[in-house]
Amino acid sequence: MPQPTTDIAIQTDRLTRSFGSLVAVKELNLTVRSGEIFGLLGPNGAGKTTTIKMLTTMLPPSSGAATVAGHSILGNSIGVRKRIGYVSQMISADGALTGFENLLLFARIYNVPRRERTRRIDEALAFMGLTEARDKLVRTYSGGMIRRLEIALSMLHRPEVLFLDEPTIGLDPAARLQVWKRLKDLLETFGTTILLTTHDMEEAEELCDRIAIMKEGVIAAEGSAEELKSRAGTQSMNQVFIHFAGEFSDSKPNFRDINRARRTAKRLG
Amino acid sequence: MRDTAAIVATELAKLRRDPSEILSRSIQPALWLLVFGQVFGRMRAIPTGNLDYFSFLAPGILAQSVLFIAIFYGINVIWEKDLGILQKLLASPAPRSALVFGKAVSAGMRAIAQAAIVYLMALVAGVDLNWSPLALGGVLVAIVLGAALFSTFSLMIACLVRSRERFMGIGQVMTMPLFFASNAIYPISIMPTWLKIVAHINPLSYQVDLLRSLMVTGGTSTFGIGTDFLMLMGMLIALIVVTSKLYPTIVQ
Repeated sequence: MPQPTTDIAIQTDRLTRSFGSLVAVKELNLTVRSGEIFGLLGPNGAGKTTTIKMLTTMLPPSSGAATVAGHSILGNSIGVRKRIGYVSQMISADGALTGFENLLLFARIYNVPRRERTRRIDEALAFMGLTEARDKLVRTYSGGMIRRLEIALSMLHRPEVLFLDEPTIGLDPAARLQVWKRLKDLLETFGTTILLTTHDMEEAEELCDRIAIMKEGVIAAEGSAEELKSRAGTQSMNQVFIHFAGEFSDSKPNFRDINRARRTAKRLG
Repeated sequence: MRDTAAIVATELAKLRRDPSEILSRSIQPALWLLVFGQVFGRMRAIPTGNLDYFSFLAPGILAQSVLFIAIFYGINVIWEKDLGILQKLLASPAPRSALVFGKAVSAGMRAIAQAAIVYLMALVAGVDLNWSPLALGGVLVAIVLGAALFSTFSLMIACLVRSRERFMGIGQVMTMPLFFASNAIYPISIMPTWLKIVAHINPLSYQVDLLRSLMVTGGTSTFGIGTDFLMLMGMLIALIVVTSKLYPTIVQ
């Protein structure tokens, strides 16, 4: 397994982001160790996606700082971007291209040496069980195949940290299991640290070494699934969620997010 | 540069696979050239110097088709279906300017494909085209420059209005004023003063002027070819700089 540059893959220091008067993320202090799978959970509007956007340098923080794979997200954050992979909740593969062509684009963008490209692409396809679909247009892929391709896309450059936003949304149970298996294989083979967000408590329990439950921009609880269950006094992860994140939150306007999530789910399902 | 080439190569692959947009966008220039041009040409209503109206109009219509292709290509980013891809590109080490530039050049490639069809139509309509290699080379450059400029412009507008879920008419809102406030279908000399001023800051006027002097035999430039190139180049660079800063806001 390749050595990561540091023991701590992600470290945030009072990371804060507000949009006008709304504080989406409040002085977040988060530590993710190298080689672990870390789950970020919470209701809609809790700040999970905003946190990921900041950690992947797509959104600058309002205050505070963070280092990802040993590099700061502030200023010229290209050091971070070279070392991370990102799978968005929305579909990030181009349906008008083949699986191979999608991978080729990112192989070039991530400066995979020309001699290596085809080999690495075919390797990635094989790893994700997509070899047969190599030259088929992505718009003909099933939901599970699209997700697996997206994971393949984000692994081409062997990132130290992989960010996944709702990796199995809209997938049927069989496809979900496939994706989980591939993610675990990924960790084992490449030692990639994984930070994922999810609503699926089963997914959190199945995949994550540690979990943080976010609520209204802060971490309400953190620990392994077992720890959280014993603290909440329940064996049900759903109850753990409700215990720490609250019964319901009707207060946050959510149309766009739900609309998007449903559309993605519809396309992948 | 390498990242730009990667983007362009990918867009070309998509274009080769599905050129239908080029064909469907040929209807408008056909109408202008073969119908409007015919009617107004007969009337001799518009003073077009030593050129007959058809020859005057053809470069304007070529510029128009480039404008349309570029503007609609640039605002594509506003539709949700591409947001995931954009997020991925913005999380990559590719410089934002390379992404913007890659789109701009891709728009140029599409515009060239479209231009070939307009040339064909102009030929059919009897326009006396300038086939010298130098002139054709200049036309190619003018097309790519114009397409790059307008696609970046519409991309910039898209970044600014991204808060709208859908903005159906935005393409038309951008193209029509640019088209009519230029020298595409009538010379600047016959415009009222206020329109003349607008036409002088409209990049389309410089592109049309360039095309008019290079595309048809006997065509001349009002502003000077050098001025045309400089204006287009300068505006393109400014737009790329501004748009590169705005690009990430779409996914924020």
